[in-house]
Amino acid sequence: MNGPHDVGGDMAFGPINPEPNEPFFHADWEKRALGLVITAGAMGAWNIDESRRTRESLHPAVYYGSSYYEIWIRGLELLLQRHGFVTANDLKAGLPVDPAATPKRVMKAADAAPAMARGGPCNRPITAPPKFRAGERVRARNMHPQHHTRLPRYARGKLGVVEAVHDGYVLPDTNAHGKGENPERLYTIAFDGRELWGEDGDPTLTVSIDAWESYLEPA
Amino acid sequence: MAHDHHDHDDDHHDNELDPMTARVRALETILAGKGLIDPAAIDAIVDVYENKVGPRNGAQVVAEAWSNPEFADWLKRDATAAIASLGFTGRQGEHMHAVFNTAETHNLVVCTLCSCYPWSVLGLPPVWYKSPPYRSRAVIDPRGVLAEFGMTLPGDTKIRVWDSTAELRYLVVPMRPAGAEGLSKNQLADLVTRDSMIGTGLPKAPAP
Repeated sequence: MNGPHDVGGDMAFGPINPEPNEPFFHADWEKRALGLVITAGAMGAWNIDESRRTRESLHPAVYYGSSYYEIWIRGLELLLQRHGFVTANDLKAGLPVDPAATPKRVMKAADAAPAMARGGPCNRPITAPPKFRAGERVRARNMHPQHHTRLPRYARGKLGVVEAVHDGYVLPDTNAHGKGENPERLYTIAFDGRELWGEDGDPTLTVSIDAWESYLEPA
Repeated sequence: MAHDHHDHDDDHHDNELDPMTARVRALETILAGKGLIDPAAIDAIVDVYENKVGPRNGAQVVAEAWSNPEFADWLKRDATAAIASLGFTGRQGEHMHAVFNTAETHNLVVCTLCSCYPWSVLGLPPVWYKSPPYRSRAVIDPRGVLAEFGMTLPGDTKIRVWDSTAELRYLVVPMRPAGAEGLSKNQLADLVTRDSMIGTGLPKAPAP
């Protein structure tokens, strides 16, 4: 989906304004937001790809007008409603009003730190040999799917070089929509700056993306 | 900056809360009330990312790479395993890649599509890393971006930008600064800034 999140190459966002000695959190609600996103995710009803898909579905005016933790919370409210854990009545009341779906699990305090240290790998064994080899020239497909994808617009249709061939990884395009992990081979693809941005592009620049096999075609 | 001046359990002041504090507190109340989340688990997660996991982890990885060529080689070949050997594993660090700055090439890491960042070695990302100004310009105007961080690279230095579009997470290993010979690993780690491991900065110079 060509959503507001895909900002690579955009120019109107102004200065970066790095904050010296920035704290990890700027308000207590940000701490609760981080913990809510992780503990609600631990219920096992959705995956990281569906979380991203949901945040990207926010209206551009909302997405660009929100801090990142606000985007997370707005996305979480949508996920919780989609999966039957929270209703509009609950949110309106600010209290539990309606019954909820049963979660697969509830993360307990003692499980939290070990779960963070474990993480959740998303590489998967696949038997198919890689379609592309390191050093081979490939083109990122010119595609504009309605569904979630991780091929940024600035790379679509561009010629690049396979720099690394990785394991199979869960395919976000289907996994984000509850249509299965469908693991595919992942590649690191390097693009010359001028291929991406034209003659005025920085001649010293190379940009790489990590792309699933179905994002690529032979050059 | 939206500071929450209210104590977390101070519920009778709810109608004075700023909108996000009220919104998040309501959501926590709903989920906890339904038994879907345990607020103590949130406390534990916040403790991990406020007090335990942060850029000092990555600084130790870099200091080890600077002082141990075998480790540097391992880090180049299998960063996830090499980093795990120092005790740093987990969420948003499951699939690590270390990219090494050289005299010819400077590396810069971004996630144009969201906020992908190697939590296990750098902790939670700063606001600017997650925000559109950095995400949009790092891939098209990296020299302009670096200038905003007070960094100017020689005109012929190659710039390699890594857009974290999948689940691989990138750690920049900056060049060891001149004059750092004879420093201990802890002293070396003190030179390694968070930004130098993203590519928006360089390590500190050792005290003369």
